[in-house]
Amino acid sequence: MILIHCPYCDEKRAELEFAYAGEAHIARPLDPSALSDEEWETYLFIRNNPRGRHHERWRHAHGCGRFFNAVRDTVTDKFETTYKAGEPRK
Amino acid sequence: MTGYRLPTGGRINRAAPLTFSFDGTSFAGFEGDTLASALLASGVKLFGRSFKYHRPRGLVGSGSEEPNALISVTRGPGRFTPNLRATNVDLYQGMEATSQNRWPSLKFDFGAINDRLGMFFPAGFYNKTFMWPRSFWEKLYEPAIRRMAGLGQAPTDVDPDHYAATYAHCDVLIIGAGPAGIDAALEAAATNKRIILIDEQDELGGGALSDPTLWPWLERSLKALAASPNVQVLARTTAFGYFHDNFIGAVERFTDHLPGIPHGPREKLWRIRAAEVILAQGAIERPLVFEGNDTPGVMLASAAKVFALRYGVAVGQSVALMASHDSGWNDAFAMAGAGVGIAAIIDVRDVVNEALLTKANGLGINVRLGHSVIGVRGRLGVKAISVARNDGTAVSDITCDALLMAGGWTPTVHLWSHSKGSLAWRDDLGAFVPDVPNENVRCVGACAGTWNFGAGVVVDVLPTPKDPARLKAFVDFQNDVTAKDIKLAVREGFRSIEHIKRYTTNGMATDQGKTSNLNGLQIASTALNKPVTDIGLTTFRPPYTPQTFGALAGHAKGALFQPTRKTNIDSWAEEQGAVFELVAQWRRARYFPKAGEDMLAAVNRECRMVRSSVGIFDASTLGKIEVVGPDAAEFLNRMYTNPWKALEPGRCRYGLLLKEDGFITDDGVSARLAPDRFHLTTTTGGAARVLNLMEDYLQTEWPDLNVWLTSTSEHYAVIALQGPNARKVLEPLVEGIDLSAEAFPHMAIREGTICGIPTRLFRVSFTGELGYEINVPSAYGRTLWERIMAEGARYDITPYGTETMHVLRAEKGFIIVGQDTDGTVTPFDAGLDWAVGKKKADFVGKRSLARPDIVAPGRKQLVGLLTDDPNMVLEEGAQIVADPNQPVPMKMIGHVTSSYWSETLGRSIAMALVEGGHSKMGQDIFVPMPGKTHVAKVSSMMFYDAEGARLNV
Ligand SMILES: [Zn+2]
Repeated sequence: MILIHCPYCDEKRAELEFAYAGEAHIARPLDPSALSDEEWETYLFIRNNPRGRHHERWRHAHGCGRFFNAVRDTVTDKFETTYKAGEPRK
Repeated sequence: MTGYRLPTGGRINRAAPLTFSFDGTSFAGFEGDTLASALLASGVKLFGRSFKYHRPRGLVGSGSEEPNALISVTRGPGRFTPNLRATNVDLYQGMEATSQNRWPSLKFDFGAINDRLGMFFPAGFYNKTFMWPRSFWEKLYEPAIRRMAGLGQAPTDVDPDHYAATYAHCDVLIIGAGPAGIDAALEAAATNKRIILIDEQDELGGGALSDPTLWPWLERSLKALAASPNVQVLARTTAFGYFHDNFIGAVERFTDHLPGIPHGPREKLWRIRAAEVILAQGAIERPLVFEGNDTPGVMLASAAKVFALRYGVAVGQSVALMASHDSGWNDAFAMAGAGVGIAAIIDVRDVVNEALLTKANGLGINVRLGHSVIGVRGRLGVKAISVARNDGTAVSDITCDALLMAGGWTPTVHLWSHSKGSLAWRDDLGAFVPDVPNENVRCVGACAGTWNFGAGVVVDVLPTPKDPARLKAFVDFQNDVTAKDIKLAVREGFRSIEHIKRYTTNGMATDQGKTSNLNGLQIASTALNKPVTDIGLTTFRPPYTPQTFGALAGHAKGALFQPTRKTNIDSWAEEQGAVFELVAQWRRARYFPKAGEDMLAAVNRECRMVRSSVGIFDASTLGKIEVVGPDAAEFLNRMYTNPWKALEPGRCRYGLLLKEDGFITDDGVSARLAPDRFHLTTTTGGAARVLNLMEDYLQTEWPDLNVWLTSTSEHYAVIALQGPNARKVLEPLVEGIDLSAEAFPHMAIREGTICGIPTRLFRVSFTGELGYEINVPSAYGRTLWERIMAEGARYDITPYGTETMHVLRAEKGFIIVGQDTDGTVTPFDAGLDWAVGKKKADFVGKRSLARPDIVAPGRKQLVGLLTDDPNMVLEEGAQIVADPNQPVPMKMIGHVTSSYWSETLGRSIAMALVEGGHSKMGQDIFVPMPGKTHVAKVSSMMFYDAEGARLNV
């Protein structure tokens, strides 16, 4: 069971307390109606599936309840870093 | 092999004799014996039959590596444990053990005919033979193979034991309490670190237990550890898996070694998080591969030494050794010192250390260098061995009743590999050793490849003049894989060791190849003419040894499997004899049968009473979210499909929630209490999901909105009062709220008190009748319920359950998200266009409603169904076809989502998702069900009071 650092609680806690929430840094378009079908499809469905560094979202569901971002290596399953939502991509 | 108890020696307690039975025969042993050592001492040679060929098998090892001696132990109903290694079973008074995989008896086994037909079971036999036809596999091959091949019987009774579980944290976790592990523990004990030392055996000491010269050191060391307050020692505890971030799973066994039916938990699952892990798991000796190496009486030299020096058991009267490694010689010398007769030492090497020869000569042992064993005589036990020079000449026989194998050592890197540490190949050891760690872990002692066992050579198959194609030289004893199976797999084109493993099943038995992986690899390496490092090692996965399901389940079984959520009113329903159902984790009253009523009769009565007078329903399980803040209306406007900003305080609105893909995910009626405060309701099962979705948007997409979300699902008890007399029941109880139709219309909310209890009173209806949902603080739920029941008595107020609620809502065409929708249904598909704000620029999911496949014709749409036979209630989930005369497989155009007997209408009603359903109004569709295909007409879902006259009163 992985230990995950919550950047809001500033604590490493067991994976049990967290919920995975998909790839990070995919902002909802400000005006979805202005998007073409292809652009909307890309936003809705198309995700990176990298071997290695993956930017992803987690929620400290059984803790502070906050969503945050993380960089995890999909090969070693090790977290490189976690940071607060809204902070620039690391 | 005719083993016997040596007159002296060993760590057994000769003052404490024990009796036990094996296959119904009574035997004697001592406290401190394992089942294996006690049987061996009693002269038993035959411990089991092999998996595929049913060949007679004896002990190979003395511990967890044992592949052959799988036995079952029973201590009464539900306490039957199959597939235990006899070498790991601590003996107790009265033990009842049985052998496995034989019929009718271990000595005469009918299944051994497989062995005579052995030529028909080459590598990949199952894959090749039983591929086709599929029905033969299910009906004939698999049941037959299961009867003939296999392990012990699965227990059939419920396990009456209970199992504990705990978490532990430490600075240093040491796994393995042999000399290396104990030294590491002593060193760490001198610091102020918290240390846990665990070992799978009943006694700590590992290899030191079979070396009497180390016993004084062992005793001193264990005393020192026991005196260290910072050291916790766990014996009989197996670390079975190494998971992320130094998280180790271990099972401690409390009772399996005790006689009778002991009190307390049987086992305990330890979940240990360690800052540092030290692996001291030792090494396992490797068998040699030659014709007849699976005959009972052929075993590892190290195991024979353990039996002699730890348990005081000679494995035979006259014991021969076949070695490719010095360690076997030293084991033979140690056994000779304990009084075991050594018949001969055969070594495949032409030259060995002079000191070994001198010592052998001194003991008068017959030595043959540059020789190999080429055959074993005796089917149920070794009678003699055939030996030849490595060039195949000078064949001679040596009489003996046991043969030891010393093929070198394999470091136990299982847990290291679980932790994703890398391995390095060492040619001098012919083994993989730990290389680069992936966690904060290190290996010490033999599992790191550092040992003082001497030197040796690695031989894949011992030299023999016999035809290799006819050789029965076993690599994996438990799965009956021979050297020629592996060679055949290579000839047939397999290159990767992972494929060779799966094709031959080498290393795939319950022992995970502890004695076979490296020999298999060497044979594949020779056959492929590639170095071992180019072939790779197969992956080790938890568990290190098989563990009980009980230990993994722990307390999470039966009523404790998951919590049952109950409302404050639940106890009343239980006292009334309600029949319950689980909805998500909530226990909900399904119906309230009166004497002699079945479900249909009860539901019909409940429906009649709601429609004709008044019914009362516990709706407390509804999800509730309090949305507060200056931007609350703006937030809801962005989340829900319909407009919220213009909703006046005191009014309610039906809210439809989509996900960004445009599909319905939840719905519910919500109320505006104040400009900055909303009381949301969600479906019973959707509460947590909806809150998570809303938090996600609030925190990450619109952090500028000033809104707070609070789950209030469990803060309110909700009593739904529904029916034409609902207002009359409420009037005498409510204070501070004008209940008149003009002052308090449908879809409104008022705050006041009821029976003196503060309430949020909703005027809403999920039944189509005049209705109220009374929210009060949870703790008042039952009190209020009983007051309303008393007040409603003169109207025959009738409690109803979820089943009646479902029927009444279906009569009105109200959907249940998750029953009538399945995650692919849009508002238009569900006929809820009216709930979508056409003028809104944006809301979650809006853009998707214009996607090409969402606007394409032919989507499945929610419609009503009326069967031609009004008494026919369709099965929910039944498939729908347009043409009942098509050949099978027919084209399905949809399925029934809801279906009930409607007492109000005196006929059946149903809802269904049907392709292009909205344009099929009035048309016939067909529902094939067992026995008959039913005809139904597509209709509106509004089966009752379509104009809503009953609501607006
Ligand atoms: Zn947190």
